[in-house]
Amino acid sequence: MSEKKIREPLLIELSIPGRRGVRFPEPDVPQAQLPEHLLREDLPLPEVSEVDVIRHFTRLSQYNHAVDTGFYPLGSCTMKYNPKINEDMARLPGFAYIHPLQPEETVQGALALMYHLQKYLAEIVGMPGVSLQPAAGAHGEFTGILIMRAYHRDQGEHQRNKVLVPDSAHGTNPASSAMSGMRVVEIPSDERGNIDLVALKKECDETLAGLMITNPNTLGLFEEHIEEVVNAVHEAGGLVYGDGANLNAFLGIARFGDMGFDIVHLNLHKTFSTPHGGGGPGSGPVAVAEHLKDFLPGPIVDIVEEGDPPTYGFVWPKKSIGRVKAFYGHFGVMVRALTYILMMGQEGLRKVAEMAVLNANYLRVMLQDTYHIPYNRLCKHEFVAEGRWPDAPDIKALDISKRLMDFGFHPPTNYFPLIVKEALMIEPTETESKATLDAFIAAMKQIAREARENPEVLKTAPHNTPFGRVDEVKAARELILTWHDWSTVDSRRSIVDSR
Amino acid sequence: MAWQTPENLKYTQNDEWFDPETGRSGITDYAQDQLSDVVYVEFLVDVGDEVQKGDSVATVESVKAAADVYAPVSGKVVEINTDLTDNPEWVNEDPYGKAWMIRLEPTNPEEMNELMDAEAYAQYCEERE
Repeated sequence: MSEKKIREPLLIELSIPGRRGVRFPEPDVPQAQLPEHLLREDLPLPEVSEVDVIRHFTRLSQYNHAVDTGFYPLGSCTMKYNPKINEDMARLPGFAYIHPLQPEETVQGALALMYHLQKYLAEIVGMPGVSLQPAAGAHGEFTGILIMRAYHRDQGEHQRNKVLVPDSAHGTNPASSAMSGMRVVEIPSDERGNIDLVALKKECDETLAGLMITNPNTLGLFEEHIEEVVNAVHEAGGLVYGDGANLNAFLGIARFGDMGFDIVHLNLHKTFSTPHGGGGPGSGPVAVAEHLKDFLPGPIVDIVEEGDPPTYGFVWPKKSIGRVKAFYGHFGVMVRALTYILMMGQEGLRKVAEMAVLNANYLRVMLQDTYHIPYNRLCKHEFVAEGRWPDAPDIKALDISKRLMDFGFHPPTNYFPLIVKEALMIEPTETESKATLDAFIAAMKQIAREARENPEVLKTAPHNTPFGRVDEVKAARELILTWHDWSTVDSRRSIVDSR
Repeated sequence: MAWQTPENLKYTQNDEWFDPETGRSGITDYAQDQLSDVVYVEFLVDVGDEVQKGDSVATVESVKAAADVYAPVSGKVVEINTDLTDNPEWVNEDPYGKAWMIRLEPTNPEEMNELMDAEAYAQYCEERE
């Protein structure tokens, strides 16, 4: 830590014996005695008043950068603004206070919501089957690969155990495949940032289970030969899995189903504006083509009795891979996503993609003379620049990112994808005004000047945040995860005393 | 940029080095520079294991990235530098010395001809910048 700026004590340090948040009245019924062996003398919970707790957490929340407080161009995460009507809908008592074990006839509204969300998502991606179960993106990927595996086994093709993953894919793709018991083979990119078709075709054999492809990829580039890629995999008997995390790039304009994809997952928490990045749970529904509908994880919602209104209920796909989540997925996120879809409408959703792409290209073009962009062509929702210059040899992407925080901007994603040196992955999203984008451009250009003229200001950044530069290496090498461990470290006293 | 590439060592395309004299191997100066500060080293093999060229033998993690370390040649693992797990910073400080990772008894000496010499490897590093 460059300066001792820690001001907020831990709750346990705020504890004063006898303080409490709630005072109970004297009981008017006989008190039950707990068995002796369940009683304990030492329960080191903090003793604090309500106002202590509220101020503590409110102050901590103010240390955070949030999409509600500033620009958040964290590449690949689609940190768009989340409209507050989503929150209003999710808090409707009929949605907020139901229980997953309630009888289906008492939660028809919630089931109708899930049914319609399934239908809307199916329409948006152009694929007939949807399961809302997966808890988030990587869980959706895992589910998708399990469906792929179940399909091949059902076809009697047990030897198909190889999944191809391009080096421009999301980092979770190889992990999801490996967790499903698949063998992962990495496919390189060509000089335009597309999948290397020759390398791809070489791996298309009788052991091919499928391809996992992020389109647009993590370079923000739409695969220019997507039809050829899909055909090559299909001809070899494999399935094509689409990582839909970057759907914001062509929402309402193109559809995975029309591109020939067999399976895709969507990140409701990215594309459909629900809080994420520490702000809430995700949701990663999986959509599949007709021939895979029977393998979807169950249960899914369907109309079980026609009528006005119809009766909704849970049904199981015939060859379902089973449950992948307790109960029915993250329902609160579904409410927000459906609200967003209905509020935006068909035209609005298309506009999302148009503006997201326009904003990304505006930033790309305005910054391309200041920052080297290795795969510099018309991009989709994001682009990747290099955070390094030959005439500023000590400056790294990390220093640029830390300095950006001084201007009130969240840094872009660093060091990913790995195929770009000192990567800065920038995704502005559609919700930012030109004024915000211009302020970001000005900051990026100032930082580039400082890198040459005053590199120290970058090396020691950030300067305007509640915390200065943290020692990430020390933190990783000397993991201290609990207050108990921390309290035994000698340095602790000096930090607390300096408050 | 110039990275150390000792003359007596052989090199892989995945940035491992191999010492034909001692049988020791590890990751190169270029690799540690790309990774930045290494914070964690974990070995995936035990002494006595037979490994094939290209098998993962260790995982190295930095604040930036995680990377697998592969066996530069096929062989029997005869020694592992277990001190490294408590001193991951050695990978940055002394990649060809204190930070050797495993010692192999090659089972197929032919494979050594497939490795790069110092000059070829230095050029290979430059090409990737």
